[in-house]
Amino acid sequence: MSYQSELYQQVILDHNKNPRNFRELTDGTHSCDGKNPLCGDEMTIYLNINDDGIIDDISFQGSGCAISKSSTSMMTTNLKGKSVDEARVMFEEFHKMILGEFDPETQEHHLGKLTIFMGVREFPSRTKCATLPWHTLACALDKKQETSTED
Amino acid sequence: MSNPNKTVSASLDVDKIRQDFPMLSKRINGKPLVYLDNGATTQKPLSVIKRMERFDTEEYATVRRGAYQLGEMATNTYEETRKKLARFLGVEDARQIIFTSGTTQSINLVAYSFGKKYIQSGDEVMISNMEHHANIIPWQTMCEERGATLKIIPINDAGELIMEDYDRLLSSKTKIVAITHVSNALGTINPVKEIVSKAHAVGAKVLLDGAQSTPHMKVDLQDIDCDFYAFSGHKIYGPSGIGVLYGKYELLKEMPPYVTGGEMINVVTLEKTTYAKPPARFEGGTPPITQVIGLGEAVDYLTNIGIEKIDAYERELLAYGTKVLSEIPGLRIIGTAKHKASIISFVLESVHPHDVITLLDQDLVAVRGGHHCAQPVMTRFCVPATTRASMSFYNKYEEIDALAAGIRKVQEVFA
Repeated sequence: MSYQSELYQQVILDHNKNPRNFRELTDGTHSCDGKNPLCGDEMTIYLNINDDGIIDDISFQGSGCAISKSSTSMMTTNLKGKSVDEARVMFEEFHKMILGEFDPETQEHHLGKLTIFMGVREFPSRTKCATLPWHTLACALDKKQETSTED
Repeated sequence: MSNPNKTVSASLDVDKIRQDFPMLSKRINGKPLVYLDNGATTQKPLSVIKRMERFDTEEYATVRRGAYQLGEMATNTYEETRKKLARFLGVEDARQIIFTSGTTQSINLVAYSFGKKYIQSGDEVMISNMEHHANIIPWQTMCEERGATLKIIPINDAGELIMEDYDRLLSSKTKIVAITHVSNALGTINPVKEIVSKAHAVGAKVLLDGAQSTPHMKVDLQDIDCDFYAFSGHKIYGPSGIGVLYGKYELLKEMPPYVTGGEMINVVTLEKTTYAKPPARFEGGTPPITQVIGLGEAVDYLTNIGIEKIDAYERELLAYGTKVLSEIPGLRIIGTAKHKASIISFVLESVHPHDVITLLDQDLVAVRGGHHCAQPVMTRFCVPATTRASMSFYNKYEEIDALAAGIRKVQEVFA
């Protein structure tokens, strides 16, 4: 017998175990430290954005639960090569999807495989785990140094 | 997993006791609730729920104000509860029992009021590395305001206070030592009598945080001889929003009020106020009357079962839980003190506590995951958080088996 879960799907577990782009970006153009003080999750997002506003490279480092780690990992794989404007649209859609205010099953979206996190809607105590990387991304794009889910 | 003892305990009929707690028979989707978060809050026996209902439906009026019959009867019940709490703590003089909103307010009251009266610039206040935030921040704030220095007693790898360091840190500069009786994050039972006698030897006062001790063991304040003792109603099977501060009368009577307002005064003119004597001085405003009555009933419930019996059974549960969880590969117990209450904190290799609790919750196993409002403890043990099972006398061996089985399932998911 094992746990059947909408939340912990294989893709999520895989990204938790083998996070992609899990490294520091020493020559990046943007970075931000994100914290979830309730959980103790901490992560840094690094970006390298070129003159055309395209995300050439994106990476992260930090520690956290499976949801925050896999959400960050998948965010990085989905944002590479996208423009800053596209990233902001995806942040908006992802955030609303987690809050249950946006339904990618019926509405047009730009989230790709990130819709796998839709299950987090059913776990209100875990929504901040999934959205932490996106808040940290927005903070990095705004050229701020740090952010917190409690701000 | 077979266990020859199952729910059999020499002195407690746990199955019968469980019938006293309506929440314990709760089922969701056919699954029974396995409630192992008693360190956060305990479930209430029906007697407490019914007593509060009866008070609200038949006896309710405000206390210490009305001269009418109903008000006097309510006041009488309220003050009798104060005496009951004094007896519960082994104290004779009930004027030393102050009703607060909980442990947090009790400690804040002392930090503010004792600090204002007795702490000068250059003085020292001592806490430990295992305190709940509620026994850290009030002292940090007070020290900052009074120009005092905060000293920290370190803890060893088992999660015990390093008493040699306590001896070394104590001096005539030490004005108050604020220590938890039982650690909420580690389960450690501290040697409070030794702490108190050593502090008194240098002229320091002692506050003990009893939030996690009062549910588990007989607390005799006459014997411990501490100067202040704080605990919460909702952790000893009573309602939330009510707690107790015990303080020695000779200290309380010199201390200024913490909250000012109604019913804590002697005479008020528009220019000046003289304050009532303790405990009224520290109970400004209308108190949580029904909650006080409920707390009294909770104390009766525990006393009727026998706190020593509770203690003995919970020790058995702790020993069983420690054994069963220790057998799980990749599980590390945080807090292995020689003397522990029935609290087991642990971490799993490569699974974060928040993932543990979310998955356990699917089998209705309720445990706490996080830093337990004790971040310095997490830092000390180099973990971001732990999962904590905190057991009560109403928990069964089978529930610990359910927890262990759940943990093994979590490990399968994350394998």
